[in-house]
Amino acid sequence: MTPEYYIILSAILFTLGALGFLVRRNAIIVFMCVELMLNASNLAFVGFANQWGNLDGQTIAFYVMVVAAAEVVVGLAIILMIYRTRRSASVDEPNLLKF
Amino acid sequence: MNLTSSLIASGQESEAVEASVNYAMQASGAFTWMWLLIAFPLFGAAFLLLAGRRTDKWGHWLGVAMSLASFATAVVMFFAMIASPDADRSQTLHLWDWIAVGRFEVPIALHLDQLSMTFVLLITGVGSLIHIYAVGYMAEDPARRRFFAYLNLFVAAMLLLVLADSYLVLYFGWEGVGLASYLLISFFQYKPSAAVAGKKAFVVNRVGDIGMSIAIMLMFVTFGSVTFEGVLGNVGMASETANTWIGLMLLLAACGKSAQFPLQSWLLDAMEGPTPVSALIHAATMVTAGVYLIVRSGPIFEAAPTAATAVIVIGAITLMFGAIIGCAKDDIKKVLAGSTMSQIGYMMLAAGLGPIGYVFAIFHLVAHGCFKANMFLGAGSIMHGMNDQVDMRRFGALRFVMVGTFITFSAGWLAIMGIPPFAGFFSKDKIIEAAFMHGWIPGLVAAIGAGITAFYMTRLWTMTFTGKARWTEDNQHPHESPKIMLIPIAILAFLSVSIGFILAYGDAIINWLTPVTGYAEQETVLNHYIIEYGTLAMVIAGAVIAYLQYRRDVPITPPQHVSALTTAARRDLYGDAFNEAVFMRPGQWLTRSLVFLDSRVVDGAVNGVAALAGGLSGRLRRLQTGYVRSYGLWMLIGAVVLLGFLILVRV
Repeated sequence: MTPEYYIILSAILFTLGALGFLVRRNAIIVFMCVELMLNASNLAFVGFANQWGNLDGQTIAFYVMVVAAAEVVVGLAIILMIYRTRRSASVDEPNLLKF
Repeated sequence: MNLTSSLIASGQESEAVEASVNYAMQASGAFTWMWLLIAFPLFGAAFLLLAGRRTDKWGHWLGVAMSLASFATAVVMFFAMIASPDADRSQTLHLWDWIAVGRFEVPIALHLDQLSMTFVLLITGVGSLIHIYAVGYMAEDPARRRFFAYLNLFVAAMLLLVLADSYLVLYFGWEGVGLASYLLISFFQYKPSAAVAGKKAFVVNRVGDIGMSIAIMLMFVTFGSVTFEGVLGNVGMASETANTWIGLMLLLAACGKSAQFPLQSWLLDAMEGPTPVSALIHAATMVTAGVYLIVRSGPIFEAAPTAATAVIVIGAITLMFGAIIGCAKDDIKKVLAGSTMSQIGYMMLAAGLGPIGYVFAIFHLVAHGCFKANMFLGAGSIMHGMNDQVDMRRFGALRFVMVGTFITFSAGWLAIMGIPPFAGFFSKDKIIEAAFMHGWIPGLVAAIGAGITAFYMTRLWTMTFTGKARWTEDNQHPHESPKIMLIPIAILAFLSVSIGFILAYGDAIINWLTPVTGYAEQETVLNHYIIEYGTLAMVIAGAVIAYLQYRRDVPITPPQHVSALTTAARRDLYGDAFNEAVFMRPGQWLTRSLVFLDSRVVDGAVNGVAALAGGLSGRLRRLQTGYVRSYGLWMLIGAVVLLGFLILVRV
């Protein structure tokens, strides 16, 4: 297996995630896009780890997963609270914190 | 310590007397009370200014009493000084330490010697007479108490000036008399002309004071001391250049205070003040402070021939300058002011001559103080009787209605012309003779000046007292002034007649002052008798010409078609025009351009930077939209740019 395929797949996934983050309004979808980007980078880490034959990349991937899980806990809670108060999960509506 | 008086002209047969000044002598006996001289009038001034209106009724008598008390103290000191031997006549009274910073030590100390004693007697004596006169002259003025407070302040400051033992303390008195002069010139504050005249005197005096402060700084740098002892005793150790600069700066100071060319312009305007002020400050005492300064600093000028020559030149110019102005003015006080300038020019000339002239500068100063105060008070008496009219073209024939004023004024008139045996004859002739000892030019200027003096004084006298009455106002009933004004004038008139003889008898003034100032005699370039009779002939010629010309009808309005010199003299020889063109207009232009520079360039730069930062941040602020997705886009762009940059650099 050449690593190019992993990298290309990882890049495609990351781009999809980034695009989704930029164009979608629903907070849940945006959140999932963030997860997609994280996992795209995880894939790249694991791919490189496999190529070089050491565990560093895999270890990092675990770290990322743990951070992502923690982030999901906090992020979902925030999204839930926003939804409760505004009856909407759009990320464009809570735009009060600005100039 | 001995200050050897060096002679300015060399190669001539001469006889010099050493001036030995014993500065170390600590005051003892009666002299320990010399601080009272200043304390009396100072107390009077403070009391009258602080006590306010409740002293309006008797405040002026307090002022007179304080001045008289000071005079009485001065007389006691004088007799104590006469009673002591020459070596003990120079007394220093240390009062307290004022400044002690490192090497810079200035004690407040008073120094009384024959020179200061002469001044103290003149200031308190003439001052007291003028105080008494002013009680009558200012009788109807609601602010009379304030007037007397200022007069007392003046006397105190002037006494401090002449009693000071260091240049810094002298400077203190110097500024004090300047302040009093300013307050008194603009005493009639409601008159804009008086307010402006006061301001002008103050500003012009500041120019001179710059010279004084620079001189004091130079003294400290050169000698490490500002006391008379420390400076004058060490003149020999300093270079001639240093002495020359100190001398020139002192001369600038003297020019400001004594209204000498080129700082003469304020004195004519100073006549806006009440007449007793003109008599006391702007004729008899304050304006002679410059002469005192030069004579006191004699050793410096003796060590710096250039500076001494500058003093002679300034004196000679002012002598003619004032005399020419005096010839063309119609305002009686301005004629007397021009005359004062001219006479102080004589004193400066004499002071610049060195040991051959110091004594006569002081002699003429004392004589002038008496006869000029006499004439100013006489002019005040005339104004008092003529509804404050000062235009001599509206006088005439006053000898019949103001007999007392006429007689006393005539004494002053004869004295200033130098008719023997009146005061001016003894003092002025000696100056002319000393000027001829120095050389032809100062001698001839002084002698011709005497002729012009006779001309303008006779013009004044003739226009005022003789001829037809030209009183034009209907309500004018010239009358003699009250006794309280006439008696001081009479005393001064008596002094105008006699003081020259008293002081010249047996060379009294020479013997008196020589221990302080030194004295020397030289051969004159012209025979002594030719000088004396030539001057007298010139004086008589001037007087006769003026009498014949102004005895006839004098037009009430000044003639317009007159020579260029007369026009110039009427306008103070363009002194004001010169100042305006050379100093005032460029000064205004400079300040305006500086204000422009400040408001546009300096403020513009500061405000511009602030506006730039404000505007820029106002625009950058707009990037904070509040939309999470746009932040995300910026982050992406940033990451891509950073990545692109890193890749580019790596490649």
